[in-house]
Amino acid sequence: MSVTVRIPTILRTYTKGRAEVAAEGGTLAEVIADLEKNHTGISARVLDDQGKLRRFVNVYVNDDDVRFEQGLQTPTPEGAGVSIIPAVAGG
Amino acid sequence: MAVQTAATSTDSAAVDLGPAAALSCRECGHRVPLGPLFACEECFGPLEIAYDFSSYGADELRKRIEAGPANIWRYAPLLPVPADVADKPNLNPGWTPLVKADNLARELGVTGGLYVKDDSGNPTHSFKDRVVAQALEAARAFGFTTLSCSSTGNLAGAVGAAAARAGFRSCVFIPHDLEQGKVVMAAVYGGELVGIEGNYDDVNRFCSELIGDPAGEGWGFVNVNLRPYYAEGSKTLAYEVCEQLGWRLPDQIVVPIASGSQLTKIDKGLQELIALGLVEDRPYKIFGAQAAGCSPVSTAFKAGHDVVRPQKPDTIAKSLAIGNPADGPYVLDIARRTGGAVEDVTDEQVVDAIKLLARTEGVFAETAGGVTVGVTRKLIENGVLDPARTTVVLNTGDGLKTLDAVAGTGLTATIRPNLDSFREAGLA
Repeated sequence: MSVTVRIPTILRTYTKGRAEVAAEGGTLAEVIADLEKNHTGISARVLDDQGKLRRFVNVYVNDDDVRFEQGLQTPTPEGAGVSIIPAVAGG
Repeated sequence: MAVQTAATSTDSAAVDLGPAAALSCRECGHRVPLGPLFACEECFGPLEIAYDFSSYGADELRKRIEAGPANIWRYAPLLPVPADVADKPNLNPGWTPLVKADNLARELGVTGGLYVKDDSGNPTHSFKDRVVAQALEAARAFGFTTLSCSSTGNLAGAVGAAAARAGFRSCVFIPHDLEQGKVVMAAVYGGELVGIEGNYDDVNRFCSELIGDPAGEGWGFVNVNLRPYYAEGSKTLAYEVCEQLGWRLPDQIVVPIASGSQLTKIDKGLQELIALGLVEDRPYKIFGAQAAGCSPVSTAFKAGHDVVRPQKPDTIAKSLAIGNPADGPYVLDIARRTGGAVEDVTDEQVVDAIKLLARTEGVFAETAGGVTVGVTRKLIENGVLDPARTTVVLNTGDGLKTLDAVAGTGLTATIRPNLDSFREAGLA
């Protein structure tokens, strides 16, 4: 499956400044692994030492927060948009 | 007295934000120069301000504060703002009343002293003026001319008003279905107000994406890229409560939780006052309050978890309706460290509590204030909050903003304009 991944500003050093990159994978875990192949170092920024999503990273597949779906096992259908976003406080 | 580590080689001297020395990651400690940044480049953790308070002596600092203006700028030496901040155009919020709530105390059985910190008295009638005032100074320092935010309503009004006073453009984003009062209060200041089809978490996500896009790159989002500065404004609630108690820590304080930022910064403020020698170091307990319809932190606290599972909000307390609270894990740490708790109340209990506070103290709270008073009552009933200790409850906004919540309240009677009618209605 080919998806488009939206990269937050603080990770664009790994993507040569690009805000969007293409990646392959049928699940979020596979997409992140594919990102790592082409943009070495990015995976360790998104995942912790145990391979889980860092707690201050929010990831959306299309409009769905993956924490409400299946986390790293969330399916990423062909053409999906994946957004990686730092968690922010609000109010 | 040094509260944080002193300036290091990574620190920035390029901007004048008073004692603010650098940005430091709360998770991993990675330190970067002051700038419009909010997430750690190493671990995504939240960045916060590291200060250099090393030149302060307690007595001199206390005198300087007491001689300062009757607003948050009396605490300028402890905030990320330039020394001449009080001379710049801003809303000068703060120094709101600490109401000794003896009538409410009697109703709730509190004997140790009960106080309501009533922040409805701020310029746009919520505590948000405190945090926006910090963000405005940071925006000035970093050269932004447009202020923006994602908001559950109160913040939108605070940003609109602060931008108007300071001569900034504003463009703010809110969920499309907010209370009418909050929409009007946000729009009246003349900035752009955009409704997003979704809840607050959706609005927040949108703003986070906008900030990484050329369309939003030059904007100061008070609670996104200016968040480390913005959040520090909540420390002033802690400073004021202690000063108003005669430079004394409260034994117990009940704080509403939306993102959790306010509660963590109140704790930071109390810790700073202790470290600076402005108050005696005694134990205090911090309690968090949520609405049952959006209670991710309360749920995690009661389950003994140290991670917060996001929820889809469904509550009348819309200013607290953040289902994915970024500072939730820190709230859990603080409640447990201080011996406090996190509790929630139903919407019905929120409405009852709004009426209770209004009836007993003449303070008309918005729904968030109903949440804190309702949770205070529940914690007392459950034996969690000690009624023999000095207790402070926060009211963070004005009830006029959430009139719908108490819409059933109205006329006692309608009578003809004569005394007979008055007597017949049983009013004599």
